[in-house]
Amino acid sequence: MVATQHTLVALVQDKPGVLNRVASIFRRRGFNIDSIAVGHSELPNISRMTIVVNGTSTMVEQARKQLAKAINVVKVVDITEENITARELALVKVKATSDTRSDILEIADIFRANIVDVSMESLTIETTGDEDKVESMIKLLQGFGVMEIARAGKIAMVRGPLGPMPVAKARNEFRKKAD
Amino acid sequence: MKLNGAQIVCESLLQEGVNVIFGFPGGKVIGLYDTIAKYPALQFVLVRHEQGAAHAADGYARATDKVGVCMATSGPGATNLVTGIANAYMDSVPMVAFTGQVPRADIGKDAFQEIDITGITLPITKHNYLVREASSLAETIKEAFYIAKTGRPGPVLIDIPQDVFVEQTEFHYPARVNLPGYKPTTEGHPSQIKKAAKLISEAERPVVVAGRGIHIAKAHEELKNLAEAAQLPVVTTLLGVSAFPQSHVLSYGMGGMHGMGYANKAVDAADLVIAIGMRFDDRFTGKVSSFAPHAKVIHIDIDPAEIGKNIRVDVPIVGDVKKVLKALQKVLEPKQHVAWLNQLDEWRHTYPCEVRECASVLPQYVMCELCNVTKGDALIVTGVGQHQMWAAQHYIYNKADTFISSGGLGTMGFGLPAAMGVKVGRPDETVWCIDGDGSFQMTLHELATIVQEKLNLKIAIMNNGYLGMVRQWQDLFFGKRYVATPLTGPDFVKIAEAYGMNGIRVTRPEDVRPAIERAMAHDGPFLVDFIVEPEENVYPMVPPGASIAEFLVAPKKEALTWSRRSTP
Ligand SMILES: Cc1ncc(C[n+]2csc(CCOP(=O)(O)OP(=O)(O)O)c2C)c(N)n1
Ligand SMILES: [Mg+2]
Repeated sequence: MVATQHTLVALVQDKPGVLNRVASIFRRRGFNIDSIAVGHSELPNISRMTIVVNGTSTMVEQARKQLAKAINVVKVVDITEENITARELALVKVKATSDTRSDILEIADIFRANIVDVSMESLTIETTGDEDKVESMIKLLQGFGVMEIARAGKIAMVRGPLGPMPVAKARNEFRKKAD
Repeated sequence: MKLNGAQIVCESLLQEGVNVIFGFPGGKVIGLYDTIAKYPALQFVLVRHEQGAAHAADGYARATDKVGVCMATSGPGATNLVTGIANAYMDSVPMVAFTGQVPRADIGKDAFQEIDITGITLPITKHNYLVREASSLAETIKEAFYIAKTGRPGPVLIDIPQDVFVEQTEFHYPARVNLPGYKPTTEGHPSQIKKAAKLISEAERPVVVAGRGIHIAKAHEELKNLAEAAQLPVVTTLLGVSAFPQSHVLSYGMGGMHGMGYANKAVDAADLVIAIGMRFDDRFTGKVSSFAPHAKVIHIDIDPAEIGKNIRVDVPIVGDVKKVLKALQKVLEPKQHVAWLNQLDEWRHTYPCEVRECASVLPQYVMCELCNVTKGDALIVTGVGQHQMWAAQHYIYNKADTFISSGGLGTMGFGLPAAMGVKVGRPDETVWCIDGDGSFQMTLHELATIVQEKLNLKIAIMNNGYLGMVRQWQDLFFGKRYVATPLTGPDFVKIAEAYGMNGIRVTRPEDVRPAIERAMAHDGPFLVDFIVEPEENVYPMVPPGASIAEFLVAPKKEALTWSRRSTP
């Protein structure tokens, strides 16, 4: 079986150490986490994690089940096969001289990226998009001399009103607890 | 009612029906222990090393329906619990471990005896907590016990900073838990159960493989009913030993690395494996790719993550084993498998479980005599090694849940402290600790606890002068180079006496039975040091990497006749 990229989405209780617990489950099974993005969800005291890992489907499914078992994990779904919207955010600082500046701006424009900082020697470009878009933009900028890259991990959501997330039941339970 | 943290711990333990705590004191828990003393309903058993506290709580939990409780101080006390917690985790034993922690203000400053025990135990607990204020203690303890004993049981650790023990707060024990991320499935899915029943009715060569899940779910009766209804032969895992009465005609013993030849043949030739409360450990499956090559697999387990982990499964049923078996029984058609059972009996004949005549004491023979004298009624607790396998093979377990051993972690040193916990939990039963000379030396200091607590525990040491199981591998696979395995043990009888108990040494086969009888007749703890044949190997043996059908059998030694095994 071949290893492929999987995107998992988890709703977790906002408790100390929960990120550590999740990461530990992957570490123990020898996964290298490509990216992990954590932030508040629409539910009180519930964070949402988007985890990108490489592995065979059976390995990822095993890790997913182990994750689901973690007490602080309310729900976890592998959305790789779903129709999803996935976004990454990147900040790229590029060397810029008076000669190259306009070329760089043109590239940024093509990618609908924003210039967020300008100095005599550099430009910082902010871009959002799927992984491919971010990758291609960085690749094009490489020729100018990329000084720094900061990328936030991928976040993802299933398209349409219905999807595996959010969890209606969990939502109700949390409403109850919040009351 | 306002109470301090220490009082809340005690009150909560009473609410959970706890009456025994195994532990060891230290700076961060002095206050807690001072409070425990004011609760006479909480018996405190002082061990000699925290590992012993965890194993005792483990043994206690396995032998009773309760959650085992152990307690240690911060730092070294907490780290000493680690092996015992890992052991409980691997064998799904319900346990709550309490550790003291440095005061909240000192956390993260490498204070004296500060250790990140929640970090350390993260992968070996079902869950763990660092309590940050007294007001969350009651809820935490409630959750911990609930998590430990429900679903697939396991250990939970609660780390409590010293100053939380003195913090005052309103005490109110919650009636229920609120754990949205924790909802174990207990009822098997009806359509899956129907599918399983269909597979069973179609099978010609079915075999049940019963694991520790039968003990945990107390599903012995259901297993027996199922087996009888559809005439299903039953094989067990190591921890499944005593899940099914071994004198039953449908019992085909333990399978796996040192399982019976006929048990492994049965699994290998089966066209249906009905795995119940077991997890296809590599010690049971042998080479996974050739495990039960002709069989469809029904896997019944409470833990969804076990399904399909090691073995491809045709019909998974997630649920409480007892409930699932009950439901399955209802939709099952009665069946006969005369030809198949005849085949199995033939194999039973070809690969018998025997003990040969020998001029020196054979450990297998000791097991038979232990079985004969105790009428197969004792609770058997073992260390890890050859003696453990012989205890599993040659004692005949007819009473449910009477074999207690470290399976998943294979922890040498488990035997004595676990047996101590078993005896505390079941004071009216005969408890034998069957230990190896190596395993025993890892935790023998607990003899002091046994004497102090006046535990009427019997100890049989299979003294072969070797780390025998490792020596066996060196014998078979490392050119007989016995590196780091010969042991010069102390005089165990003198050790027993030094600790204030009685013991005798046995060197001749004819003294085996009288020694066991004497131990049984003695009112109090008793140790028998059996000087056994030093280079005896455990057979059958599935060599590492081989399929379970490729087991080695004992080379027949010349001029030796073979006798029948024990008859309880
Ligand atoms: C704590 C621990 N260390 C090492 C091992 C590896 N090991 C497995 S069996 C064994 C030998 C056990 O010797 P003994 O207790 O004398 O039992 P015997 O095999 O001789 O019956 C060893 C070293 C282990 N299981 N546990
Ligand atoms: Mg030995």
